[in-house]
Amino acid sequence: MFSLAQPTSTWYLILSAVLFGIGTIGVMVRRNPLIMFMCIELMLNAVNLSFVALSSQIANIDGQVAVFFVLVVAAAEVVVGLGIIVSIMRRRTTLTVDDMSGLKG
Amino acid sequence: MELFVFVAAAAMVLTGALGVVTRSNPVHAAMSLVLTLFGIAVMFVAHNAHFLAAVQVIVYAGAIVVLFLFVIMLLGVDKAEDLSVEPITNQRPLAAIIGVGISAIVIAAIVSSRAGLGPSGEGINQTTIDSPDANIRQLARVIFSDNVFAFEITSVLLLVAVVGTVVMARKTKSVGTGK
Amino acid sequence: MLNLVWLIPALPLAGFLLIFLFGRVLGEPRAGILATVMTASSFFVVVGVYLDLLSRTAEERHHVVTLFSWLPVGSLHVDMALLADPLSITMALFITGIGSLIHLYAIGYMHGDPKFSKFFLYLNLFVFSMLMLVLGENLLVTFLGWEGVGACSYFLISFWHTRDSAATAGKKAFVTNRVGDWGMMVAMFLAFSSVGTLSYAGINAAAEGGKLAAVTATGIAMMLFVGACGKSAQLPLYIWLPDAMEGPTPVSALIHAATMVTSGVFLLTRMSPVLHASYPWLGDVIATVGALTALFAATIAVAQTDIKKVLAYSTVSQLGFMFLAIGSGAYVAAIFHMVTHAFFKALLFLGSGSVIHGMHHEQDMRKMGALRKLMPITGFTFIIGWLAIAGIPPFAGFWSKDEILLAAFANNRLLWLIGVITALLTAYYMTRQVIMVFFGEARWHDHAEENGAHGDHTPHESPWTMVTPLVVLAGLSIAGGALQLPFSHSTKFLEHWLEPVIHHSEVSIAGSWAESNKWLLLVVAVLIAVSGVVASVAVYAKGKFKIIEPKILADAWRYDSAVSAIVGGPGHAAFGGIAAFDAKVVDGAVNGIGTEVRAASGLLRKMQNGLVRSYAFVIGLGAVLLLAWFLLRGIL
Repeated sequence: MFSLAQPTSTWYLILSAVLFGIGTIGVMVRRNPLIMFMCIELMLNAVNLSFVALSSQIANIDGQVAVFFVLVVAAAEVVVGLGIIVSIMRRRTTLTVDDMSGLKG
Repeated sequence: MELFVFVAAAAMVLTGALGVVTRSNPVHAAMSLVLTLFGIAVMFVAHNAHFLAAVQVIVYAGAIVVLFLFVIMLLGVDKAEDLSVEPITNQRPLAAIIGVGISAIVIAAIVSSRAGLGPSGEGINQTTIDSPDANIRQLARVIFSDNVFAFEITSVLLLVAVVGTVVMARKTKSVGTGK
Repeated sequence: MLNLVWLIPALPLAGFLLIFLFGRVLGEPRAGILATVMTASSFFVVVGVYLDLLSRTAEERHHVVTLFSWLPVGSLHVDMALLADPLSITMALFITGIGSLIHLYAIGYMHGDPKFSKFFLYLNLFVFSMLMLVLGENLLVTFLGWEGVGACSYFLISFWHTRDSAATAGKKAFVTNRVGDWGMMVAMFLAFSSVGTLSYAGINAAAEGGKLAAVTATGIAMMLFVGACGKSAQLPLYIWLPDAMEGPTPVSALIHAATMVTSGVFLLTRMSPVLHASYPWLGDVIATVGALTALFAATIAVAQTDIKKVLAYSTVSQLGFMFLAIGSGAYVAAIFHMVTHAFFKALLFLGSGSVIHGMHHEQDMRKMGALRKLMPITGFTFIIGWLAIAGIPPFAGFWSKDEILLAAFANNRLLWLIGVITALLTAYYMTRQVIMVFFGEARWHDHAEENGAHGDHTPHESPWTMVTPLVVLAGLSIAGGALQLPFSHSTKFLEHWLEPVIHHSEVSIAGSWAESNKWLLLVVAVLIAVSGVVASVAVYAKGKFKIIEPKILADAWRYDSAVSAIVGGPGHAAFGGIAAFDAKVVDGAVNGIGTEVRAASGLLRKMQNGLVRSYAFVIGLGAVLLLAWFLLRGIL
């Protein structure tokens, strides 16, 4: 059998970087606020992945502890963010992010 | 074996990510997000972070995405947005440059420091048949001893978030002037 | 007693504060009595200090009392310190002595005035400031007193401020003095920057020791002279003194005859080593300005009709004599004349005040006449003052004027000639004044109704509070010459007394033609004075010649209007130009910056388009750039 390359942590880190980039593009391109939020979740997950990969590379449990806390805070953030979106978009459901330009000037 | 797992999981992650970014229907985008989250959970398991994988699925895929779907249904934003037109000039090319730029720089950093990081901690306990909760135990020990303050404060954070959201999202008397 | 030198200015200051707090309660005449008592007690302290100084040897007559450290700023150390030495004690003696006499006089003169207490408030403040001026150990304490007397002069000149002319005269005095003050300030700056200290001991020691370059010394002395011109009313800054007669007569006597106007003379004498170390032409300049001022003012006095204006121009003229003496290097003669002038000029002013009071505030001499019988004491004392100022021996004015003429002759014959002509004119116009007021026929009958006298239209003698000082001053005017009699070395008391102060810079005339022939010059001076008197008698009393009082002299050579035309016309335009520059350029620059900032921010404002996605793009761009920079720097 041909010797298969072992996926080192570097591969995982590169994957997380690509995922992060996709998330960034999504935030800048999409106009629906809910989907923008989901792209932000993508970026957070990319970071979580890199934390775990590095924690197993340097054999330290602290990386997983960090992921734990990121998860909790992401949950809280989603709650608040969705609350904001609900209260803004309650009036008209066809609002896009571009229409909420009250800070113009 | 690990290579196969990695490739499969990576495919799931990337497909899901591209789906979130490109699908115009929000419900489809939420489904793609679930796919990504599952892929990430598989990768967590591959790194022996079993507890985190479980929490990822339960909390992220099980609660957060469900929350997203609730809001989509509540507000009725399932009507698709028109993805063919971009009101801000040059936004798409610039976004592409930024995204590619960030990824490229981070990849360059990763590649250049490949050899630098070596083991520095006491190691991660492997979950085995004999001790199926080894990972949880180690994680719990660290969280509740070294990081107990952070833990308590995050619980307060959750409480504050819930209370704040309830207050903020209340329907006021005159709906027309609600924020 | 010497350590109580600080009491000398402190007593009038206490008087000022007490009247300030309780003036309304004290009322008339207690406020006046309090002020007089304070000044008189100060006089007794000065006498005590004087006796103490006398008991020391000549080199040790120099005592400094430091009250506190006033300005310890960097390299500048100025103390609030008082210096008791022959010069300052001489000045303090006649300031407090004549001052207390004038306070007593004012109790009678200001009787019935609604602002009685306020008058004495200002008078005591003035005495305090003047004492600080002369007792100061350094230029800054002197300057404190200098400004104080200027301010008090303003207060007192415009005391009856409801009269427009009085208010204007006060402002004129203050502004003109300010021009002189600028000179003094520049002198202080120069002195500090070149010597490093403001104390007289330091500066004079540097000048005597040759450490002061001639250029610097000339600069300092010239600026001090500018200050002296302002304070002592020399050309071109004399214009405030005639107008200052708007103030009550005690003010004219105290401030504008005896004390404040002598500050310039005092200052130059105090800084005589600096004057000595400067270029010789400066002394000539000072002497020439003094002589010309003397002549100029004397010509004007010949044609004045207001009794006080004659005396005002006479003061300017006599001050010119003093500067003539200083310019010729004869400091002793200048101080001698200052002292005798204080005696007889105060006497003349107080006498004229008594006349004005008796004539129910009539000041025009053409409406007076034959008052000698109705106001005998006033008349008698005024005549003594007249004889003193005219230069008739053995009265005080003769000796001091002769000293000055002697020194002027030794220095510059032309200036001596100008001085002699001025002395002639002095005798002439003073005799004119005496004749018009006290002799001749009574002209006040026709004009008595104009002054709204209370029932009795006849002029009357003044109360004892006003007459007593007249008598005392008359005695001093007779005996004052004894200070410095030229007969022999031992009778030159003032010269010995002042020697520690001016020995370095006094120009001695020993060995010159003037010294050998001083008796001849003395006789010439007597003849000049007598001929002036005789000429005036012939014109005004006997009517033998026509009265020559040209209008241009009565208008004071139209100097005032010339000054107004220059300052009002081109001066106003120049200042208008500066004001426009300030408004357009300076303000314009500041406002322009504001306008430019607003325009720039207006441009930047367009970046805020309110779109979240473009903000996200900018954040992303920043992150990319930062990461790229880190990567390139090798940190990542």
